[in-house]
Amino acid sequence: MRLTEIRIAGFGGQGVILSAVVLGKAASIYENGFATMTQNFGPEARGGACSAQLIVSDSPVLYPYVTRPDIMVILSQEAYQRFAPELKPGGTLIVEEDLVRVSDLQGDPKVYSVPATRFAEELGKRMVLNSVMVGFFTAITQLLTPDAVRKAVADSVPPTFRELNLKAFEKGFAYGTSLEAPLRPEPGELTYSKE
Amino acid sequence: MKADPHGVLTGTHFIDGDHACCEGALAAGARFAAGYPITPSTEVVERFAARVPTVGGTFIQMEDELAASITLQGAVWGGAKAFTVTSGPGFSLMMEHIGYAAMTETPCVFVDVQRGGPSTGLPTLPAQADMMQARWGSHGDYEIIALCPNSPQECFDLTIKAFNMAEEFRVPVMFMMDEVVGHMTEKVVIPAADEIEVVPRKHTRKSVEDYLPYGSNGDMVPEMAHAGEGYKFHVTGLTHDERGYPNMTPQTQDKLVRRLQNKIRSAADRICLFEEDGIEGADVVVVSYGITSRVAQRAVQMARERGLKVGKLRLITAWPFPEKKIAEVAPKVKALVVPELNLGQMVREVERAAQGKAKTVAIPHAGGGVHSPDQILNAIVEASRC
Repeated sequence: MRLTEIRIAGFGGQGVILSAVVLGKAASIYENGFATMTQNFGPEARGGACSAQLIVSDSPVLYPYVTRPDIMVILSQEAYQRFAPELKPGGTLIVEEDLVRVSDLQGDPKVYSVPATRFAEELGKRMVLNSVMVGFFTAITQLLTPDAVRKAVADSVPPTFRELNLKAFEKGFAYGTSLEAPLRPEPGELTYSKE
Repeated sequence: MKADPHGVLTGTHFIDGDHACCEGALAAGARFAAGYPITPSTEVVERFAARVPTVGGTFIQMEDELAASITLQGAVWGGAKAFTVTSGPGFSLMMEHIGYAAMTETPCVFVDVQRGGPSTGLPTLPAQADMMQARWGSHGDYEIIALCPNSPQECFDLTIKAFNMAEEFRVPVMFMMDEVVGHMTEKVVIPAADEIEVVPRKHTRKSVEDYLPYGSNGDMVPEMAHAGEGYKFHVTGLTHDERGYPNMTPQTQDKLVRRLQNKIRSAADRICLFEEDGIEGADVVVVSYGITSRVAQRAVQMARERGLKVGKLRLITAWPFPEKKIAEVAPKVKALVVPELNLGQMVREVERAAQGKAKTVAIPHAGGGVHSPDQILNAIVEASRC
């Protein structure tokens, strides 16, 4: 696990911070690597801009902040406008398909999208959209072993919602595994749906 | 003595520095905290308030920081291990009672999760600008101990150490975190209770008749007795004699205040913790502490990749200042480079201790963020040339 910088951004209530906690836990506790997570959010409990920075590595992380993210997970248009330009050239961009319109992309990123919120609603609870996203992330990036992330999901959520979150993880993971190649959206074009 | 298993959350956790500090306090045996929550320190007491009922203890949210900083001392004299948690604006309000704790030799811990100042400053953004305040913020001559963690793991480990030092020396210990360390989430390993060494209260075994509350026991640290145990004496901020009675003579003042200083200074070698790497043969040594030490270490790596001979000295104990170590390093190097998140505080101590044997280079930063590794690298490159 070479040093990888990840930014996850959206708005409060989408589980942005918890997603970073789950991935950080998987990397540092279940894969025995190192992970450092920092977060930024406004005073609002819900709806305000929210972002998490996660650095994973096989050696101790020194500088605690993301400088040029290798991977970016974007869950809102506002976050897309603000953070997308930071992505490392050739980096991986993962977006919430129904909430983010990908446009004006620079630096030839690999773009993947997933209707995480819709999937979560199909499972019965919009709240688990972050676990869908974490599953999708795991499949697409292959940065962490699925088992490590599963364990991290299981011990990061309240016991009552454990099963539902694990289902959400599997849903996102399966969807990510089924994708063959990143999409290449034209400038201004809406993100694709699977077909 | 081993830690009380009730307070020890043994296991591997992914938690931030504030939460780790709380767990360190519980593991060290703290069963009382009084606080007036303030960002970026709130999470420490938030967790303590949630955890302490399961362990057996008390958290009181006070009306302000003055009340918090004196209430915890009441708890200590009642037999508890106690602490308070704050950030710059609250730390300013606590100064009077830090002096009181030093004068009455009340073992306790003040956690300051530093943010940008002066005044209300930058509520959730980092700084390291309370370092001199920690040392000199209250009036009069006294010594305190101050520790600077640089990771959530150290927030756990060193909080235990802070409580242990407080008990060993009967002194208020300043736990100088910063916003980044406080809000940064990393793996924290909490060992089993029987692997955690805890220093118990230095309680007297003397009878009520023989007990002198501020008497010398050869090691300059008096034995303590708690309220309600039948030992009746006056715990006062006034200059007092061995019996605790106010006594305004220059002789009593001299004896007391010198002892308050010397009990720490004479043990400085033991109290001064630091981490060093590659100092032998180095042209430049970077001296840093807290979050800045991690950025500095990255810069040291980058400088070494360029073939520069650079060492690192990380101060874990800021006060008493490890002047002996600096004096030992200074004659061997060209320059000491000191990055810190303030406009020049500990660098002056480094300069004083170096006694002109090495050039001292400050890398100031007004706070609100951390240095970039390049900023520190550039200063290293520059200093190597001189």
